[in-house]
Amino acid sequence: MALALQTFATVKDATAALKVRGTRYLGGGTLVVRAANEGDVSVSGLVRSTDPALSSIAVVGGKVRIGASVTMAAIASHPDLGALAKAARAVGGPAIRNMATVGGNLFAPAPYGDFAVALLALDATVDTSDGELPIESFLAGRDDNHALIISVGFTLPKAGGFRFLKVSRVKPKGVSVLSIAAVLEQAADGTVSSARIALGCMADRPMRANAAENALLGRTIDREGIAAALAVAGEGTSPITDPIASAWYRAEVLPVHLGRLLLS
Amino acid sequence: MAKVPVQFTLNGSEKAEFIDSGTTLLNALRDKIGDTSPKGGCHQGTCGACSVIIDGELRLSCLTLAETCNGASITTTSGLAEGGVLHPLQRAFLDAFATQCGFCTPGMIMAAKVLLDHTPNPSRDEVVEALSGNICRCTGYEPIIQAVLTAARANSQNAA
Repeated sequence: MALALQTFATVKDATAALKVRGTRYLGGGTLVVRAANEGDVSVSGLVRSTDPALSSIAVVGGKVRIGASVTMAAIASHPDLGALAKAARAVGGPAIRNMATVGGNLFAPAPYGDFAVALLALDATVDTSDGELPIESFLAGRDDNHALIISVGFTLPKAGGFRFLKVSRVKPKGVSVLSIAAVLEQAADGTVSSARIALGCMADRPMRANAAENALLGRTIDREGIAAALAVAGEGTSPITDPIASAWYRAEVLPVHLGRLLLS
Repeated sequence: MAKVPVQFTLNGSEKAEFIDSGTTLLNALRDKIGDTSPKGGCHQGTCGACSVIIDGELRLSCLTLAETCNGASITTTSGLAEGGVLHPLQRAFLDAFATQCGFCTPGMIMAAKVLLDHTPNPSRDEVVEALSGNICRCTGYEPIIQAVLTAARANSQNAA
């Protein structure tokens, strides 16, 4: 089925065109063209914008802003984003990483969207044509989103402060059993002063492990210190079942992998 | 639906066509231009059989709309042989029995070509990583990995 593609020079014009029912934004094509190829008749038209604001990466004073059209390959090879390279490289194979965009990853349903898990742990803000909002609110309301994603912004974590793990059965590239991203800050005595942990595949979209985060506060990062957090890691989760793993399996192995990530 | 013009360079020669808006590059190449070397496997971005090189980057032609390639330079496996002489990767794939049913081979060769263009002497791990988006159901991958390493050695010997 042919889809009419409209290309606009500015975000403003593309946003207006997106308001037409059945119109979807075309980023790298790895979600929306795939849907069209599968016969998704809800997609009747495509819109894209060549606005340079969508494809730039800016790192100024520890603050990062990544345009929605920036690809996973561009993030993985950016000299100032080394901390995030592992999460960007976790997405797809080389061809997918040359196409898949940051903006698209925010909409990727589980078991995809590993980079959005990283952004959730970084407590990113999502800048849309309707204004900025925290990534957690954005993800919660993404099914009803009709705005155009312009960029994501976050504070670069301290060296070694960002941890990321993707578990897959096929190496080196495979679909996620689950993914975990964590940003931990420790006080001078080594106890955890702040913790943000994001989980992928443990619900239909990336989610925060709030109970585990709270259980880590004031504790040290060792086997005993993290035990309480691992015990409540699955709280609030509702893992997906797919050909990669059952919900039961994902729930069983989550504490194991969270433990490995925290102790790594 | 109105046709849209597309124009790009395919394996060094200029191509111009009128296509339906929304046509994938894979369908434009195979059905309009007649280059059937990219294969339509899954049409989901999972198998890599449709891989082509667009402006030096590996892309999946099944998920790329042809009209977004205006002005681009596209390389497919059918453009590798020169005057009947196979490209070192094609030669190595034949010699190493790295192709069985052959359906994945053009995509594998495209992925391997991008790797060798940037990394002339890759490690085994780099080869595995470069081919990680391409699925082969026949060979078990090992002959393919060996073929890419052999082609890399052949290239460096020719360059020396």
